[in-house]
Amino acid sequence: MNEYTPTSLPLLNPGETAVIASIHTDEALYQRLQAMGFRVGKQIKMIRKARFSGPLQVRIGTTDIMLRKTEAEKIMVQV
Amino acid sequence: MKKIALLGMPNTGKSTLFNRLTGSASRVGNWPGITVELLSGKILLGNEMVEIIDLPGIYDMHGFSEDEQVVRHFLHDNLPELALIVLNSTQIERQLGLLLQLKQFKLNMIVLLNMADEAKKLGITIDAKKMSEVLDIPIFLLSAKYGNGYPEALKSITHTIQNSNTGTAEKVRDLLEQDEQIEREMALVLKQTVQIPSSMSDNLTSRLDYFMLHPWFGLPIFFGIMYLLFQAIFVFGQPLQAGISELLTWIRVTTVAPLLSNLPVTLQGLLLDGIFNGIATVASFVPLIILFFLFMAIVEDTGYLSRAAFLMDTLMERMGLDGRSFVMLLMGFGCNVPALMGTRVMRSRSLRLLSMLIIPFSLCSARLQVFVFISAALFSPRAAPLVLFSLYILSFIAAIFTALIFKRYYPNNEPFVLELPPYRFPTLRQMVMRGWHEVYQFIHRASKFIVAGVVLVWLLTNLPSSATPASVETWAGILGAWLHPLFAPIGITPDLTIALIFGFVAKEIVVGSLAVIYGLSGEALSGTLALQVDWVQAYSFMLFTLIYTPCLSTIATMRKESNSLGFTLFSIAWSLLLAWITSFIFFQLARALI
Repeated sequence: MNEYTPTSLPLLNPGETAVIASIHTDEALYQRLQAMGFRVGKQIKMIRKARFSGPLQVRIGTTDIMLRKTEAEKIMVQV
Repeated sequence: MKKIALLGMPNTGKSTLFNRLTGSASRVGNWPGITVELLSGKILLGNEMVEIIDLPGIYDMHGFSEDEQVVRHFLHDNLPELALIVLNSTQIERQLGLLLQLKQFKLNMIVLLNMADEAKKLGITIDAKKMSEVLDIPIFLLSAKYGNGYPEALKSITHTIQNSNTGTAEKVRDLLEQDEQIEREMALVLKQTVQIPSSMSDNLTSRLDYFMLHPWFGLPIFFGIMYLLFQAIFVFGQPLQAGISELLTWIRVTTVAPLLSNLPVTLQGLLLDGIFNGIATVASFVPLIILFFLFMAIVEDTGYLSRAAFLMDTLMERMGLDGRSFVMLLMGFGCNVPALMGTRVMRSRSLRLLSMLIIPFSLCSARLQVFVFISAALFSPRAAPLVLFSLYILSFIAAIFTALIFKRYYPNNEPFVLELPPYRFPTLRQMVMRGWHEVYQFIHRASKFIVAGVVLVWLLTNLPSSATPASVETWAGILGAWLHPLFAPIGITPDLTIALIFGFVAKEIVVGSLAVIYGLSGEALSGTLALQVDWVQAYSFMLFTLIYTPCLSTIATMRKESNSLGFTLFSIAWSLLLAWITSFIFFQLARALI
């Protein structure tokens, strides 16, 4: 993985940590993600991924959050 | 009356605090400007009565979810004299944003940093006094669960509310999008007042999650837990239900019946078999609802419900639902009524409605009684278990089929982003309060409707007074005969049609109604039934019973939970149609092939 190009969140492997580079969602999801702690520049850790393209579990600060892959794909991270 | 509004994010223990403040004296009610009902309670603070309102948990004052709009509209039209802001101390760095948003509204505020005990364990130290100075708001550390810090906070609340007048309300909508300023302010306050260990890990939660969310063990553990819950509700619930039913029979025989013995026979029947039985129907649900919500409180408050959502989401997403819908669907196999009430954990309205549409297809314990009786009467001991099993499978198929058909009419546009809170164990107090609240709401909301329905069916099956009760001469019988062209193609006789009319009230009384219709009971009834109908007709009857409206209590609950008569009628109509089509296909195919 190129160190300087942002990659989409679901591509992180469990245990990997990255920094949120950008969030490309509609207003409603953006607000919700912001309130959950998703902000550009924040550290995000992939905890686990469910099988069959199921939901992801990530950790931001002290909070664990699950989100669907389709929604996570709109979040770009910098490894 | 002065109002105190409870505000905060989800998972902050806001409801626990609400229960601690109001005790059990709470009710649901309507408020100007909003369409959903809110829980509120009146308590005496100092020397005046004050109303405390529990607002929905929100993440963001500027958000666009249903809950966030409810909160904004509530504040807009019902400005409270005091806002109690409940924050989760363990996530203080994330929760402070909401507080600063709220601060801009210039409400009278007191901040309660809840779960202070947990934060301490995690090594988070919060200087409440300093934070209070920095923000110029009274701030208290407390544990709503165990009550630490509660008396001091209550004292301050009492003092503030006594000296309060409604602040100058700046319009909520005027204050939008100041996120950047909030972020700067947040960073400053955090830097000055909060220290968080650099690597935070809740070891217990991570270790539990390793097993609970394991790619291979996760699902078996989930089904194991669901099975245990189910068994527990049955093991404890059935004796309680039987006990209540015995108690009510005893009251009926020893008190009510003798009291009414001088009245005309028809009036006696109306009062005893109509109204008294209606009340008994309501009462029989009470133990089930208490137990269900005791266990739901454990599943939800421990944080396991979000894990279940994680596990089942891959599958349920394809049906337009989420993992929580599946938990409620499973719970419906015990009793549909609390399962419908349980859908309240879902905040998206279309998701809730779609879940409510499929839950009534869960083969509940009342329907099981009917199936056990009929399959024993019409099928060999070897075939009967297979018949029951096939009905369970069909119950799932009906639910999945319905979800797949209607998912596009209930598009779930709320993003599915869910917090996975650390595992914690609820206190007994929390569990009992939850059970009590739900029972109170069920009785409060559904009892009139249920009693009226039972009375109506009694009238149908007993009038005109010249007719033998439940016979073909009664109105129900006439209705049955009138409906015969509709039921003949699915093999259901006029006698059985009357039983289906009874079954509309509750499936528990279907077997009893057959006893009344044929004037027989037990073995004799099984024998007669086997002579009257063949197995194809019997299976068709069971299919219809499985799929059509489960009971009046379910309808009453659905009406109240969906807050929409149209949706309720639609659900009834769809289940009747699906029941008829399924029975028709089965009956005609079976007749053609055999």
